[in-house]
Amino acid sequence: MFHRESGVFKTTYRADMALYPLPIAKWTVGVLALIFIVIVPLTVHEYYLSILNLIFIAIVGALGLNILVGYTGQISIGHAAFMSVGAYTAANLAVRLGLPFWITLPAGGMMAAVIGVIVGMPSLRIKGLYLAIATLAGQLIIEWTINHVPAISGGAQASIQVERPSLFGVSFNTQGHLYFFLLFFAVLAIVATLNLVRSRIGRAFVAVRDQDIAAEIIGIDIYRYKLMAFAISSFYAGVCGVLYTYYFGIANYEQFQLIVSIDYLAMIIIGGLGSVLGSILGAVFVTLLPIVIRILMENIGSLFFTGAEMANVISGLRLGVFGGLIIFFLIVEPEGLNRLWRNIRSYFRVWPFSY
Amino acid sequence: MSEDLGFLFALLLNGVSIGLMYSLIALGFVLVYKATDAINFAQGEFVMLAGLIVAMMLSFEGMPLAVAVIVTLAVMIGFGFGLERVVLRPLLGRPVVAVIMATIGLAAVLRGLGPVIFGSETRAVSLPIGDEPIVLGPASLPPIQVAGAVVAIAFFLAFSWFFKKSRMGVAMRAVADNQQVAQAMGINVERYFALAWAMAGVVSALGGIVWGSMLGVDVHLALVGLKVFPVVILGGLDSIGGALVGGLIIGIVESLAAGYLDPYVGGGTKDFAPYVLMILVLMIRPYGIFGKRKIERV
Repeated sequence: MFHRESGVFKTTYRADMALYPLPIAKWTVGVLALIFIVIVPLTVHEYYLSILNLIFIAIVGALGLNILVGYTGQISIGHAAFMSVGAYTAANLAVRLGLPFWITLPAGGMMAAVIGVIVGMPSLRIKGLYLAIATLAGQLIIEWTINHVPAISGGAQASIQVERPSLFGVSFNTQGHLYFFLLFFAVLAIVATLNLVRSRIGRAFVAVRDQDIAAEIIGIDIYRYKLMAFAISSFYAGVCGVLYTYYFGIANYEQFQLIVSIDYLAMIIIGGLGSVLGSILGAVFVTLLPIVIRILMENIGSLFFTGAEMANVISGLRLGVFGGLIIFFLIVEPEGLNRLWRNIRSYFRVWPFSY
Repeated sequence: MSEDLGFLFALLLNGVSIGLMYSLIALGFVLVYKATDAINFAQGEFVMLAGLIVAMMLSFEGMPLAVAVIVTLAVMIGFGFGLERVVLRPLLGRPVVAVIMATIGLAAVLRGLGPVIFGSETRAVSLPIGDEPIVLGPASLPPIQVAGAVVAIAFFLAFSWFFKKSRMGVAMRAVADNQQVAQAMGINVERYFALAWAMAGVVSALGGIVWGSMLGVDVHLALVGLKVFPVVILGGLDSIGGALVGGLIIGIVESLAAGYLDPYVGGGTKDFAPYVLMILVLMIRPYGIFGKRKIERV
């Protein structure tokens, strides 16, 4: 049926937690699947496919961070470090042992999860500010270790070249092929997260976030769930790092510096903390923003800056605009783009009547 | 043997002077945390901003140093007030995590737009103190480190007087201790919040001048701010004396690590050892040496 309900008519918890809240949701998913599997790859130019590919990778990472920060309320400034752990694990396995992606990808994720749990250990004793500082230290220590241990980083420039993934003899070495490869994992991550947050584990995460003491009293093992959140979040980050590695064909620590952690924090704050759709919107927004800034600056900015300055100006503006948006959304709309989307939707849900 | 001791002495001396300069920056962080319970992840970017301003002022022909310093101080005070008003006040009463993320955003803004506005090349801040190293027995120190250490000590003396004796300082301690009671006693709490940020601006201005003339001013100056965290965690987040002691310890640890470990691992332990120490402190004694034992353990 092609209609939405005009109010909230759910009477059971089961209905409230269903994966498809309404019959129309199945149709929406079907249409989206048609668009993304058939229409987009046939019609869209290679350059735009490459942007979509970056968005898919970012979605995986943003979902992971949102599970930790948005759902469980544990702040982490070390997300990029977990990505680098996944990336270098997969790169080493792929190059030294010649393993295919369907082994290196989960292996990278698992390794990141293990490291994530170790870095998350302090969260058992401390929270808030102290945890932020501990994860910051984790980021800097991991960055330093990868950079200074040639056994991990492959020596020169701390980067490892990796072959593109292949399956049944087909190598994913064009943007079009990579599109399907990355789309598969982005969808997998989205569905997994949707199911996670409506399960017992997801509800326990939210309970820990909202009132940790109350959560403990109603029988939630806080330590277990906090560490689990770190593990799951880092697993996503590790997979995200592996995807970056396969996408660029190289594992390089410069892609996983502190600034990338801030990019991902920006994604989930701008998109909306504690929401799957928010992670997706944030990933799209934050990936597109630098491209828009670059196009704008190339057209308008050339009036003010010379060509040599331009690269610096663009990267500076990009960072500055991210920071400004983080502050803006925190002050004005803490629930992010997701909330704006919901406002628009609920306006049209009862349109043309205002209530 | 005496050569080894001389090496150790040189490392310790270097560590102490660098440590004092770290504690100068950490002081800005502690002041804000003590008075307003807000965590400033942009402390390093404050320092960078001050460095950029003073470098720009000095680049004008015939600009006396005193004028440049005064202008920098004025701008940083104004920046502190404005920041409190625009960013921090709307976030009052929101979770700690929101304030942390807002200051991370602020750090990104300053680090991104600083080079766009002031230019991205590395500038020198030359102070009229020469660069002939000062020799002390087997060790020698660049004069800028000595100047930095002297400025840091002067500031610590000034702030301990301020908090112990002056009316404003006592009011600020009252605000830090209990906001509601302070308000009931007729203290304008919001004004003192703004004052704390302005004081962080003053400290950062001095830090920017000292560190800027040592390292040169560009975006990388902000990285000094990352060293603030080991210092304040070690000393205790809300303790001014802790900032001093923490700075000294981190400075010495860093210097010793660079002197004794670098030859074995190929350099860079300076940027590594402080964080390992910090993680250990977080695990064993998260409130630091002098901090209040107000950690929530859940």
